[in-house]
Amino acid sequence: MLKDKVALVTGASRGIGRAIALELASQGAHVVVNYAGSEAKAQAVVEEIEAMGCKACKIQADVSSEDSVKQMVKETMTELGGLDILVNNAGITKDNLLMRMKEDEFDQVINTNLKGVFLCTKAVTRQMMKQRAGKIINVASIVGVSGNPGQANYVAAKAGVIGLTKTTAKELASRNILVNAVAPGFISSDMTDALTEEQKENMLAMIPLARLGTPEDVARVVGFLASANADYITGQTIHIDGGMVM
Amino acid sequence: MAEVFDRVKEIIVDKLDVEESKVTMEASFKDDLDADSLDVVELVMELEDEFDMEIADEEAEKINTVGDAVNYINSTQG
Repeated sequence: MLKDKVALVTGASRGIGRAIALELASQGAHVVVNYAGSEAKAQAVVEEIEAMGCKACKIQADVSSEDSVKQMVKETMTELGGLDILVNNAGITKDNLLMRMKEDEFDQVINTNLKGVFLCTKAVTRQMMKQRAGKIINVASIVGVSGNPGQANYVAAKAGVIGLTKTTAKELASRNILVNAVAPGFISSDMTDALTEEQKENMLAMIPLARLGTPEDVARVVGFLASANADYITGQTIHIDGGMVM
Repeated sequence: MAEVFDRVKEIIVDKLDVEESKVTMEASFKDDLDADSLDVVELVMELEDEFDMEIADEEAEKINTVGDAVNYINSTQG
């Protein structure tokens, strides 16, 4: 499906980003694995992709820094000779009640989770406009639609990503650049593993499909949006949450 | 001077699909050459590649006519 396409996935060393990188490679894409700190894990993902017969490389970059992002996109072009798919997945959390949230905690999350999407999108647009083709997929979150106590910063950023997705889709549609978002619900991760049994039960009670999602549940939808099967879809946010928010 | 104009003209004719005769120094991209804002951004990108230079966003925003583009390029190619 994605044979010889080049994909850049931010925050791809673990979790949902890693699953997305592997899914795109399973469809034949060459993948740039961006990471912030976990070099060894990024290297492991690169090796898994190479074992699947695709090209891969890892690039360290802070998505909240314009210089860093520009450098990453430049390296992507040099290493893999093009750029067809961007997946904005990198994100952090600094949870706290609004009343206790520090200005710095708010800024850091907005800078990585929202400004990072803007900077990466801006940086790849030049190449995609020239190609008259491109797919941008933003990993938002269901809490960006529903709100969530204790995550004012994260929710504001993710709701921002959904709005940014729609605007970018409208601005770039005439150049055949398609921009969509996915909004994962509760996905099993290091974060959910750390929850107590009671917290887990409360969580499951809210999910009609009565199970947590897996990183692969998210990755397969991203794989679909990146493929030609989704060539008439742009500006949408697809909920991947077991029916939690309808 | 003439050489820069000719190279700029060629790119405009190609990108905006307009008659060569319409591309004069005075021609406004948006009013005379039917370009929208995104077309102008794209043209600036093409000019950057053609003349191997970077045009800062603040400078790019001032480019409204063919003459603006030609003069800007000339001013940097000293």
